[in-house]
Amino acid sequence: MDTIFQLLLKGISQGCVYGLIALGFVLIYKATEMINFAQGELMMIGALIAVTFTEYLQWNYFVAVVLTVLATGFIGLLLERSLLRRMIGEPPFAVLMVTIGLGFVLRALAGMIWGHDPQELRTPYSDAVISMGDVFVGVSNLVVIGGTIALCISLFLFFRFTRIGIAMQASSQNQLAAYYVGIPVKRIVAFTWALSAGIAAIAGILFAPLTAITPNIGFSGIKAFAAAIVGGFGSLPGAIIGGLAIGIVEQFMQYNFGKGLGDTSAYFMLLLMLLIRPSGLIASTQKKKV
Amino acid sequence: MRFVLKTNYGRDIDIFKHKAHASWYILLVAALLLAPLVLDVFYEKQLTELFIWAIAGAGLMLLVGYSGLVSLGHVAFMALGAYIHAILYARGWPLFLSIPSSALITGGIGVLIGAASLRMTGIYLAIATLAFAMIVEKVIAHWPALTGGHSGFRVDDPAVFGFSLDSSTAYYYTCLTVLLLVFFGVINLLRSPTGRSFIAVRDSEISAQAMGVNLLKTKTLAFALSAGLTGLAGALYAHRIGFLFPDAFTIMTSIMLLMLVVVGGLGSLHGVVFGAFFITTVPQVIAVMRDWLPKGIAQSGGLEPLVFGGVLILFLMYEPLGIYGRWVKIRLFFSQFPLYRKKTFLRQKSYLKTERVH
Repeated sequence: MDTIFQLLLKGISQGCVYGLIALGFVLIYKATEMINFAQGELMMIGALIAVTFTEYLQWNYFVAVVLTVLATGFIGLLLERSLLRRMIGEPPFAVLMVTIGLGFVLRALAGMIWGHDPQELRTPYSDAVISMGDVFVGVSNLVVIGGTIALCISLFLFFRFTRIGIAMQASSQNQLAAYYVGIPVKRIVAFTWALSAGIAAIAGILFAPLTAITPNIGFSGIKAFAAAIVGGFGSLPGAIIGGLAIGIVEQFMQYNFGKGLGDTSAYFMLLLMLLIRPSGLIASTQKKKV
Repeated sequence: MRFVLKTNYGRDIDIFKHKAHASWYILLVAALLLAPLVLDVFYEKQLTELFIWAIAGAGLMLLVGYSGLVSLGHVAFMALGAYIHAILYARGWPLFLSIPSSALITGGIGVLIGAASLRMTGIYLAIATLAFAMIVEKVIAHWPALTGGHSGFRVDDPAVFGFSLDSSTAYYYTCLTVLLLVFFGVINLLRSPTGRSFIAVRDSEISAQAMGVNLLKTKTLAFALSAGLTGLAGALYAHRIGFLFPDAFTIMTSIMLLMLVVVGGLGSLHGVVFGAFFITTVPQVIAVMRDWLPKGIAQSGGLEPLVFGGVLILFLMYEPLGIYGRWVKIRLFFSQFPLYRKKTFLRQKSYLKTERVH
């Protein structure tokens, strides 16, 4: 029972990280129909910036978190402005390849700036453990879960009640109509990129205490992809649900069948989902019309 | 400008447009045949590697460039080809049997993926193939009884009828022969109704269906052929590196293959050769450049991915047709000398309409 609880908790916190990265994919996909393959790399950059602020500059943790999110959001804005805005109207394959190239460049730059040695992000709650009877729970895991819930609620409120959130919904549903009613669609798209990079940074900050940070942690972006598809590409709640499903299954498979199957379970789930129900758990696509 | 007078319908699908066209290719093949007489071993090995990449690239080009299906996981087929060949060869199969059988088996696996691909479009297919590649990589790493796992698998030296192909010159000719056969096959395939149906499916699935093209058959065939060719390249690559280990076939290799196809020029076989040249030359150029750069940057392991990623982005933004596209423009510039207009190649942008329901 205790092991099951422990695995469940670990799976949920890991799943939250996948879900948060997937959220970034889905946001950009909904707003621009682009797939950002460099989302995992943005998460990695966010984590490394957080390390810079807290470890090298010795700033207060909470100040560092806010500044990291802003800085990564700004990087996202710059990327949209300099590269991806020019790719509007190009075939989706070309856009995908651009973001793959971007991932390469970001990973290489991170390696040059921060080196390839694993780094650690120390947080005020790093070593804290809560014990409930026989079960020991790392506070880092709880913070990931709490952070994800808080972020989801604030995103929900943002999309529901703020002017800019509603404008984002409008331009993702129908760009042309959004132009007609006077929404500055280009600026909204740039803002979407900034928002999605900011979310990636939050994912990075939450993920960092659970692992060692190297330029290669961006590869968990591929599992986040699986999460986005399992949940249904294009659905925000779907991204989180898909992430949780993959995180939990991964932990249990790893516990029962070893590391090999644990690592691949996300891909098996992805392939199964694509074969059985390609539109994902929460479907948002319809059959293509002529 | 040269005007070709077409006097019968067959001229439309001739391999060579006119006699001068053919003579250039004959010269190229002759030069490649004579090259080992003048080149050192180093360049010979580089050219051999270029041939192997070109075979794999031809496989992927058939899929991405001609059938419009994107695969992010082609490294899986390369790895499967390499391992299947190495294992069969180690069990005593002769080389000329084990290489084709590895290509056939990989092609068979491609059939499975291809049949599944009918249910997925665009990005979903790309990600499904990526997942497939990840699974193959893990299987290779976690099945030491068959593949040697992380400790690797030694590939025996290539030999046919006791005649060793291990010397770099012999292997150069082996790979060149395979490459020429593959290119001849692919060129002819693309002239045939099958190849035309690939292109029809790429340009519009719905129109192709309306013209009576069987989507399932066409896509599966494209996938199988592409996987088979990539597997063939993998088998040749096994002897080139001599020692197989899971880290030789990571997702990076897959992306390198895609880069080959995109940088070379999508939808042209010339592009495959240009792309293979790019992939094999850039690491060498970087190795030379390291002496010139400041130490901090030169020592960093990230230099190669940085250059590859940067070049890829620049090509997609400024020359989406790749090196071959640029070559076509230069050729047109000279053939129409004072009258060349830049706008000839203006691309039409298409705005995607979402398939989502709101």
